[in-house]
Amino acid sequence: MDKEETDEEETEEEMVEIFVMGSRYRVPEGLTILTALEYAGYKFTRGCGCRGGFCGACATVYRTEDEYKLKMDLACQTAVEDGMFLVQLPFMPAVREDYDIEEVDPEEHENILLDYYTEVARCVSCNTCTKACPQDIEVMDYVQSALRGDIERTAELSFDCIHCGLCSMRCPADIKHYHMAQMARRIYAKYEQPDSEELALRVEELEEGKYDEKMEELVKMEKEKLKKMYDERDIKEEG
Amino acid sequence: MSEGYPDYMRESIKKVEKTRPERIDKTPERMDPDEADEVLNNFHPDYRPEGKKEIQIGPSEGRKAPNEVNELLEAHSLIDPSDIDLSQIDHDVDILIIGGGGAGTVAALSAVEEGIKPEDILIATKLRHGDSNSMMAQGGMQVADREDDSPVKHYLDAIGGGHFTNAPELVKALTKDAPKILKWHEELGMMYDREEDGNFVELPGGGTSRYRLHSAGDYTGMELMRVLRDEARNLDIPVLEFTPAVELLKDSKGQIAGAVLMNLETNEYYVVRAKSTIMATGGFGRLHIQSYPTTNHYGATADGLVMGYRAGVPIRDLDSVQYHPTGAAHPDQIVGLLVTEKVRSLGAQPVNADGELFVNPLEPRDIEAAALIRECYGNGNGVKTPTGMKGVWLDSPLIEEKKGEGTIEESLPAMVRLYERFGIDMTEEPILVFPTLHYQNGGLVINPDGSTPVKGLFAGGEVEGGVHGKNRLMGNSLLDYNVFGRRAGINAASHAKKASLGDLTLDHVSKYEQQLDEAGIETDRKAPMLLPEYRGEKVLERHLDVKVTL
Ligand SMILES: Cc1cc2nc3c(=O)[nH]c(=O)nc-3n(C[C@H](O)[C@H](O)[C@H](O)COP(=O)(O)OP(=O)(O)OC[C@H]3O[C@@H](n4cnc5c(N)ncnc54)[C@H](O)[C@@H]3O)c2cc1C
Ligand code: FES
Repeated sequence: MDKEETDEEETEEEMVEIFVMGSRYRVPEGLTILTALEYAGYKFTRGCGCRGGFCGACATVYRTEDEYKLKMDLACQTAVEDGMFLVQLPFMPAVREDYDIEEVDPEEHENILLDYYTEVARCVSCNTCTKACPQDIEVMDYVQSALRGDIERTAELSFDCIHCGLCSMRCPADIKHYHMAQMARRIYAKYEQPDSEELALRVEELEEGKYDEKMEELVKMEKEKLKKMYDERDIKEEG
Repeated sequence: MSEGYPDYMRESIKKVEKTRPERIDKTPERMDPDEADEVLNNFHPDYRPEGKKEIQIGPSEGRKAPNEVNELLEAHSLIDPSDIDLSQIDHDVDILIIGGGGAGTVAALSAVEEGIKPEDILIATKLRHGDSNSMMAQGGMQVADREDDSPVKHYLDAIGGGHFTNAPELVKALTKDAPKILKWHEELGMMYDREEDGNFVELPGGGTSRYRLHSAGDYTGMELMRVLRDEARNLDIPVLEFTPAVELLKDSKGQIAGAVLMNLETNEYYVVRAKSTIMATGGFGRLHIQSYPTTNHYGATADGLVMGYRAGVPIRDLDSVQYHPTGAAHPDQIVGLLVTEKVRSLGAQPVNADGELFVNPLEPRDIEAAALIRECYGNGNGVKTPTGMKGVWLDSPLIEEKKGEGTIEESLPAMVRLYERFGIDMTEEPILVFPTLHYQNGGLVINPDGSTPVKGLFAGGEVEGGVHGKNRLMGNSLLDYNVFGRRAGINAASHAKKASLGDLTLDHVSKYEQQLDEAGIETDRKAPMLLPEYRGEKVLERHLDVKVTL
C-alpha cells in the first residue's frame, strides 16, 4: 500500500502513519502510542498495565523515519508521531537476587549492594542507562552511588523508578539497575531513616487498649447522635 | 507560557493569575449539610436515577447497582461447566489468592506470617504482579498516629465521610489496625516522607479533621506496591501472571474450593483446588460508569464482583460510585487520569473560568466533585477544551506561593512529569480538571475478619464493600487493602489449617444460568469482562472471528 490510498472518512481527523513491528497503520494524530495501537486493532494482554505512567508495562522502543537513533519511552505517555517505527518490550528477563530484609544491615557489610549485585562494579559510566530512562532518572549516578556504598543517594535518586527495565536492556555491563535500586530503597528506609516515635507510642497505646472504650461507644452510638458529633467535630485547617 | 494551551485558554489563565493575590489566604467555609445535599442531589452523577437499576437475580436481588454493573451480573459465564474437567487438578494449594495487587500481596505475606508455606499459596493475577490500582495511588494513606489525633477521630471522619452508611465494625477494624500497618511498613522498609526526627510528614485530605495523610512523594501507591511485591519475591510466593480467574469453584459441601483460571495468551484453562480462596481483584473503573473516563488501571473490570456474586456472596453500596473531583481534563491524551488530591492538600484551589474561587478545596469527594460539575454545567463557568469537554482550573502555582518555590517539584514529581510530557508546566500555570471515575465504594459483603458469608471465601481491598459506606475518604483505601488484605490472609490461613474439601463442582454456575433463564433475561453478554474493549470501531466492524490453525 502507499500513502495515496487514504480512506475518505479519515480526512476529517489529522492522520499519521506508524509502523508496528514493520506493518503500516494510519491513526489519528493526538493519540498516545498505546491508544494508537488499539485504534489500529491491537488488543493488549501484555504491554499495558496502568495506562497512566506508573507501572512500566508499556516500555516501547522506536525510531522515527529520518532518524538513525533508537528512542525509548512509555507507550501510554507518549504521543504518536508520523513515521514512527515501533516495537514493544513486554517482558524483561533480568535476574533478581533474593534477600532477607532482616539480614541486610548495611553497618555489618562493607558494601551490601555490591555483595548482592556484583556486576554493579562493571559499570563503565557510559550513561546509556540514563539516556534510556523514560522517567529521566539519573540512573548512572545512582549506580555510581551504589558502587561507593552511598545507599541514601541510591535510594533517593532512584525513587521515581517504575521498573520498566529499559535501563537494564541497554546496559553493556548487564547491570540490573532497577532490582538493585529496589533493594537500596528498602535498606535505606529500614536501616538508615530513623523510626517514628509518635507511631511507636500510638501502637503501644493501642496494645494497652487505650481507645477501646471510646471506640465501642462510637460503634454502638445511634446515628443521630453520631451525626451531631461529626458535624460539631473540630477540624484542624492549618498545621 | 508553554505550548500546552491554546490562546483562548490562556486568556482565562490570565484571569486566574489576576485573582491569585486576593485568593491566596482565603478558604471558603465547608458547606453546611443542607447545601451539601442540594449540590449532591442536583449534580452528582450517582443521584441521577436513570443511571442505575435494581438487580434482578442472585443474593442481592432488589438492591440497586449502576447499569454497567447490572449488565455484567445479567450475563452468561465465560465457561460452559461441562467443558471443564474437574478431575484433573493443576494446582492443589492451601490458599488461592485471586488478584496480584495490594490486597492480594498483603494477604499472601500475612498468610506466610501465619505459618502457611509459600509453596502452598498461589497468587493468580490478570496482568503482571503489581499491575493494579494499588500501583497508581499517589496521595497517601491515612493513619492517626499524631498526638493531636486518634483512631477515634479517624473513625468519626471515615463514618461521617461515608454518610453513616459504613459498617461500624469494619470502620473500627480499619482505624484501629492502621498504626499497626504503618509500623509493619516501617519494618518492611517503605520510604515514606519523614521529618528529620523520623516522624512522618503528614497532610490533610478531603473530609479529614486532622493532618493524617502519609505519603511517599506522589508515588505513594507505587512505593507500597513495589516493596510488597519485592517481599513476596524474596519469600518465593508463586505467582501466575496473565492468568485471571474466570469462575470460582465450590465443593459438594457448598464451600468455595478454588477457581478456574484461564491463560490469557493460550486460552488454556487450569483447575485450582484451594482450602481457602481470597478475592482481591480490586475495582471497576474500566466499566466507565455513565461514560466517565477513569483513573483506574487496565484490569479494573469488576471480575471479582461477578464471580463472587455468582457463588452466592451478597453485595452492598454498589449504588454509589466515587468520582474523583480532579481528573485531568486537558490535554486530550491524559483525560481522566488522576490529579491527586494532594495537589489541593498542598494548597491549590479550584477556580472557574473567571478566576473565582467557588468551593472549599477539601470537601469530601462526592461534594467536591458535585461542586465542580455544578460550576461547569449549572453555573456555566467552566472552561471548554479544544475537544469540547469542560473543566475548571486547579490553581497549582499557588502551592509555590504558599509553601515556597520548589515545593511542587519535590512533593509532586509524578504530576509534574505527567504534564511536562505534554508541554504544560504546572509550577507556572494552572491545570484544567473535571471529575473522573475513581473508586468502587461498595462491593462484596465481608465480616471484620475478612471472611465473606460463603464459607471458604475471603475478600480484601476495593472488591469488598462496607468499609467506606457510600463514600470513601482519600487515603482510606490504601489502608483498606492493607487492613483487610491482612485480615483475609490471616483468617484464610487459619481456615486452611482445618478445612477439608469435598468433590469439586461448578453447579452454582449452572444454577445461575438457570436463574437468568427464569428471570427472562435473554442476552449474549458474557462476564467477567477481564479486559475492556478499546479497539477502533472501524477495525471491529471488519473483524472476522476466524481461528487460524496450523
Ligand atoms: C490513580 C489512583 C490513585 C489513587 N490514590 C489513592 C490514594 O492516594 N490513597 C488511597 O488510599 N487510595 C488511592 N487510590 C485507591 C487505591 O489505590 C485502591 O483502591 C487500592 O489500591 C485497591 O487495592 P486492591 O488490591 O483492592 O486492588 P488492585 O490494586 O487494583 O489489585 C487488584 C488486582 O487484581 C487483578 N485482577 C482483576 N481481575 C482479576 C481476575 N479475574 N483474576 C485475577 N486477577 C484479577 C488486577 O489486575 C489487579 O492486579 C487510588 C486509585 C487510583 C486508581
Ligand atoms: S501502562 Fe503503565 S506505565 Fe504505561
